[in-house]
Amino acid sequence: MDTAGLPSLSSARKIPVFRGRFGPAEAERLLWRAGFGPRPGEAKKLAKKGLQGAVNSLTHPKRERLVGHAPVDDDRHAIAPLDAWGHDHLWWLDRMVRTSRPLVERMALVWHDWFATSNEGVGSQKLMLRQNRLLRRHALGSFEQLLLSVTRDPAMLLWLSGTDNEKGAPNENYGREMMELFTLGAGRGYTERDVREQARALTGFRNDWDDDVGPVNFRYDPSRHDPGLKRIFGRRGRFGWQDACRLSIRHPSHRSFFVSKLWSYFIPTPPSAATRRALEGLYTSNNYSVRPVVEAILKHPRLYTGPRMVKPPVVYLAGMLRATRRGIDTEAWTWLANQAGQQLFYPPNVSGWDDERWLDTASFLARWDIAGRVLRPVAQKTSDKAPLDAGKLLARALDFWGGPILTSATHRALKSFAAQAIADADRNWKKAQYPPLIENALRQLIAVSPDWQTS
Amino acid sequence: MRDCCNEFSRSALLRKAVAEAGSGLPGIEPGMPLPAGTGLDRRSFLARSVGLALAVYGAGALAPRVLDEGIAQALAAGGPDTVLVSIFLDGGADSLSLLFPHGDPEYRRLRPRLALPDSGLVFSEDPRLRWHPAAASFQTLHSEGKLSVLPAVGYTNADQSHFTSRHYWEVGATDPRLRTGWLGRYLDRVGTPDNPLQGVSLDGDLSPSLATAKVPIAALSGAADYSFSAPGVWGPVESRMLDAIGALGAPRSSDPALGTARAVTYQSHRLRQQLEPFDSDFGSPVAYPQSEDGFPNQLRGLAAMLAAGLPMHCIALSAYGMYDTHSDQPDRLAEGLKLTSDTLLAFQRDLEARGLANRVLTLVWSEFGRRAEENGSDGTDHGAAGIGFLMGSRVRGTMIGEFPGLNGGLDEDGNLKATVDYRSVYCSVLEQWLGTDAGPIVPGASSFARVPLLR
Repeated sequence: MDTAGLPSLSSARKIPVFRGRFGPAEAERLLWRAGFGPRPGEAKKLAKKGLQGAVNSLTHPKRERLVGHAPVDDDRHAIAPLDAWGHDHLWWLDRMVRTSRPLVERMALVWHDWFATSNEGVGSQKLMLRQNRLLRRHALGSFEQLLLSVTRDPAMLLWLSGTDNEKGAPNENYGREMMELFTLGAGRGYTERDVREQARALTGFRNDWDDDVGPVNFRYDPSRHDPGLKRIFGRRGRFGWQDACRLSIRHPSHRSFFVSKLWSYFIPTPPSAATRRALEGLYTSNNYSVRPVVEAILKHPRLYTGPRMVKPPVVYLAGMLRATRRGIDTEAWTWLANQAGQQLFYPPNVSGWDDERWLDTASFLARWDIAGRVLRPVAQKTSDKAPLDAGKLLARALDFWGGPILTSATHRALKSFAAQAIADADRNWKKAQYPPLIENALRQLIAVSPDWQTS
Repeated sequence: MRDCCNEFSRSALLRKAVAEAGSGLPGIEPGMPLPAGTGLDRRSFLARSVGLALAVYGAGALAPRVLDEGIAQALAAGGPDTVLVSIFLDGGADSLSLLFPHGDPEYRRLRPRLALPDSGLVFSEDPRLRWHPAAASFQTLHSEGKLSVLPAVGYTNADQSHFTSRHYWEVGATDPRLRTGWLGRYLDRVGTPDNPLQGVSLDGDLSPSLATAKVPIAALSGAADYSFSAPGVWGPVESRMLDAIGALGAPRSSDPALGTARAVTYQSHRLRQQLEPFDSDFGSPVAYPQSEDGFPNQLRGLAAMLAAGLPMHCIALSAYGMYDTHSDQPDRLAEGLKLTSDTLLAFQRDLEARGLANRVLTLVWSEFGRRAEENGSDGTDHGAAGIGFLMGSRVRGTMIGEFPGLNGGLDEDGNLKATVDYRSVYCSVLEQWLGTDAGPIVPGASSFARVPLLR
């Protein structure tokens, strides 16, 4: 049954909602999936709102407040996101850490991956940050508006040859990716002819080159546009760039593409056919608005009872900084995130990061180093007092991280480590000195544990 | 204080610049050949499958993942049967000190200040010769039949420029225009398009002997860094913590993401254990000389990497020491020879202890020898034929070419004449050790006699 066109309420009613207990564990998972993890105490506070209230607080946030100190580099100077290498990454990471609107920031990250643009090809942190503002502005708004804005965004125009695409010499780069990666999916209801005709419809953008500044003066120039008749998806018309976007969004393959892709950012297994169709109805009947679809996904039982997801590296990093209330104070976060496989503004290619392959032996070491770097300033000294008791040390280390809920296997492994290390203390001085070392090690091990790597 | 010649410093600097930039030589003098590999593209790359940070040359547009999979496949295939290690004595080692004609009055006449006293280190194959007092380890290797000496290796009309002569050795031809190394051309014939470890420089930058035209090669700067440390954790607690990584990763899980995280945690634990020998003395079955210099560590790491089954086939590195001894020769030469020969002996012992000795052949070479007559500043100037070695459990252990003597063995400039051409050695290594026809690899291969290398 085609649910398109039905009122949103009716579509929404067909989508299952989680009816179980919404406790701190559920709130913790929600905060990791829809944000960057809880600050100390935040999961408990969110749980008190219940599922509806909790999701609503994320999808309808109040004005943004940035909590904590402004970002600085290793010399305690203010960061220079427009100029200094890697400071663009620090700038955004800071927003993720300090924001009071985690879902907006998380959606900006979703769109960065969806419309993956790399500064490798753009060559301007200024233009990348301009695109970033755009992604944030449209975070939960209309996907149609988002697509229109991205299509004429300077960074995207450079990245996918939009300003090289002119009348008489069409460049298919953007038109092809717009259908394949942004709106329809590969091989889903368009032809090579559609690619060529879309490219023609998208002609007309241009920019100038300034020897000092680089690319400037991005604009639409009708004289570079191919005004001729085009045939796209079987329809004929003198289509322009906005038509190219709207035709793609109204293509019958778009809504399932959109819903499935958006879902995959929050829940690792695909929705049932019925849920997917209901979400499609919700999407189209709300005029391609993102917010109601995200809301429905965040309330879906599968998010709370289904399998775990590996945290993307920046989520992992931002989450630890939030948990320890630490602001941005080192450039190390850029290269460490790079080593972990995710430097912001540098996705590997136009299809974004591969969420299936975040973890391997190299990125594990990078995550270990990230955890160590987070813990370094707060490490216990040998002179610090700590109990000579495995259970108590583990409880303290868990408390340090805000009391994450671990699997029993991990709990056992950590406790057994602590017990063995205590047993090594065969002299009085060791009995005094080892416990703080063990507590440090427990903090590190919790942060790299398979449990904490996933949510 | 600088004891080498200007050309040597400049040549070293220029070559370093080439290797680092991977393209173009800065203001090179007219007539100097471009080192092989100049202009090969260079990319930093983390080989995730083996946890090594590499610079990869000549990989063109190949994605890191492809290279990584290539390494993993080669690793799974069990690595190559034979390994060739090429070790360079940089600067032109003085063969007439390394193995000196102690009883020859002509030697005392030509070297009134530098002639060495009888070291007592007899060279069993030629009663005229004695080993340098710092090279007792070479005598040990030779007496065990594991060292073949090339007492006068070179080529006719030797070029006395460091730059040019080294280039000739590297490319395997007296051709200033050749841009691929002799081992690089070999790898182009037998190598794979996706395993850069097949040709590895351990010097941290491209080794021109290995420069290829088709297949990728790599540079590794010393020891691999795959170690885990945590702030405020050391001693026995640290050891327990490292073991705990394995314990965290050991359990299975039906949850795919948790299962992946655990599996990767466990793999990382295993990899750390495997790579530990590259990182410290721990795990090495023999003791290497203690030194600030990286040379002993490079060979210790190499033995460990070969033992771990890394798919490395041709390896190049520079030995310890500065052999361009225009002044202060006695101390400089002794210092270089001592650490180099002791390290080579340790490497051979290491390979024997690991059961790898039958698979590895080491070639030691220098760009030329030195003038028979000493100069006025406790040094010697550039000569012609020099000394080379082949080390390994399968070498014949007998001289390749004879020592020509100082009476009749010198050319018109007073330099030692070659009794074996270095290209004869290359052809013989290619055919007898690497099992490939030298014809397509060494220009004019048919005109060079083959010398029996192996028992």
